[in-house]
Amino acid sequence: MIRMLSLTAMLAVATPVVAQDPAHMPGEEAVDPYSVADANAGAQPFAGTEMFDAFHGQAGIDRIVDRMLDRSAADPRTAGIFVATDMIRLRRTLKEQFCYVLGGPCAYTGRSMKDAHDDIGLQPADMGALVEHLQTAMEEEGVPFHTQNRFLAKLAPMRRDIVTR
Amino acid sequence: MRHLLKLSLAFMALSTAVQAQNLIPDSRSGGKLLLTGGVSTVEGSGGGGIATWATITGYGEEDGIGANAHATFVDLPDYEFRTAGVAVGLWDRVELSIARQEFDTGNTGALLGLGQGFTFTQDVFGAKVRLTGDAVYDQDRWMPQIAVGVQHKVNDQGVIIAAVGGRDHEGTEVYVAATKLFLAQSLLVNGTVRWTNANQTGLLGFGGDANDEHEAQFEGSVGWLVSRNLVIGAEYRTKPDNLSFAEEEDWFDLYAAWAVNKHFSITAAWAALGSIATFEDQRGLYISLQAGF
Ligand code: HEM
Repeated sequence: MIRMLSLTAMLAVATPVVAQDPAHMPGEEAVDPYSVADANAGAQPFAGTEMFDAFHGQAGIDRIVDRMLDRSAADPRTAGIFVATDMIRLRRTLKEQFCYVLGGPCAYTGRSMKDAHDDIGLQPADMGALVEHLQTAMEEEGVPFHTQNRFLAKLAPMRRDIVTR
Repeated sequence: MRHLLKLSLAFMALSTAVQAQNLIPDSRSGGKLLLTGGVSTVEGSGGGGIATWATITGYGEEDGIGANAHATFVDLPDYEFRTAGVAVGLWDRVELSIARQEFDTGNTGALLGLGQGFTFTQDVFGAKVRLTGDAVYDQDRWMPQIAVGVQHKVNDQGVIIAAVGGRDHEGTEVYVAATKLFLAQSLLVNGTVRWTNANQTGLLGFGGDANDEHEAQFEGSVGWLVSRNLVIGAEYRTKPDNLSFAEEEDWFDLYAAWAVNKHFSITAAWAALGSIATFEDQRGLYISLQAGF
């Protein structure tokens, strides 16, 4: 046991001490450098773990994000938008963002909502489509409807930064 | 050199065209979330049942249009009240509506000396403009969605209206509506102030022997979102009291609106419309169907 611990400690020292640069994550396409901050998530997190628990923790959030994105990428209304997207990065950052906003033990390392969306040219109906898929994904996860709405109330104002035309 | 200039000019024109294209969103209908366009009021405007909201009817967002048709039926002890109309919402900015109301006095017509089945028919032409705010997405602000509107109403029974003390068979009302969804609480709140001199919303004409002036009246709704496609709530509407022959009372209802999908909704309510033309306690079932996009 002690030997294993020291081995992990050695490995930790061996890998660079500096955290991986979130703009250049392995397995993801590089994005323009940006300054990392939780404020980039675009919303104040819920206090306590009540919301995080209601979403069934990180595992529940992962399922919700994956289902929301799978549906959005398959939906003829929005499929085209995701064709050229690095879905590995998008899944990772969205899961971080949801976890962070829901009061989970996560930091958000992605870009601000303005930075992430200002080149996509999203229109109002795209936002509606994505929210509908999120609602369905939360329903499938068994998140109570009124709890879903508390979370959606945090995301809703981000529309100002996301929808650009 | 000239070639190069031409080429670069052509390129500039092309890129401006592409840029302009990027700024104009594709027209798409159905951008709003379920039920957030409201249902159809008895006056044809988008809102609840008896209260007009600041929402623009239909499911079009700023990048699309919406339209719908509705039919409403209110079964009262001594009368029957029917409305049918169509409305369009343009880019979540402008709403235009037209409705025909029939206030059927049935057997009561004979008792009132009007004749069996005597019916007041009124056409309501409405326009509404959203000024500011987004009732659904502005969840970080108190600012509600605010709209102003006008309704012009024409009643076909001018002679009878004059006989009971009414001053006019047509009238125009303006209103300011504020609507806000408190999403974290799943609660919808609306308040509207209407400048009106209508008697029973115009079904008994406009102005009267007791008062002819327009005055501010209030209409309000609250709604609680039960699920994605069901909202339940209550509404209240104050009204003038211009005719001395019959006392006019406020309206009230308890409603449930169920959206089957973005094309079809059913609203059922228990409506208490008070005293109408001396017949007291006009309470009954309200059913409204809406079809559109
Ligand atoms: C409340 C709503 C939304 C939230 C919270 C959200 C969140 C995010 C996050 C966290 C990122 C990644 C940021 C990064 O890479 O650093 C992102 C990127 C992206 N989002 Fe959204 N988003 C929302 C709405 C939408 C909508 C409506 C669409 C389109 C239908 C969309 C399409 C995209 C795309 C394509 C990217 C990748 C951009 C790129 O790789 O450059 N998002 N979003």
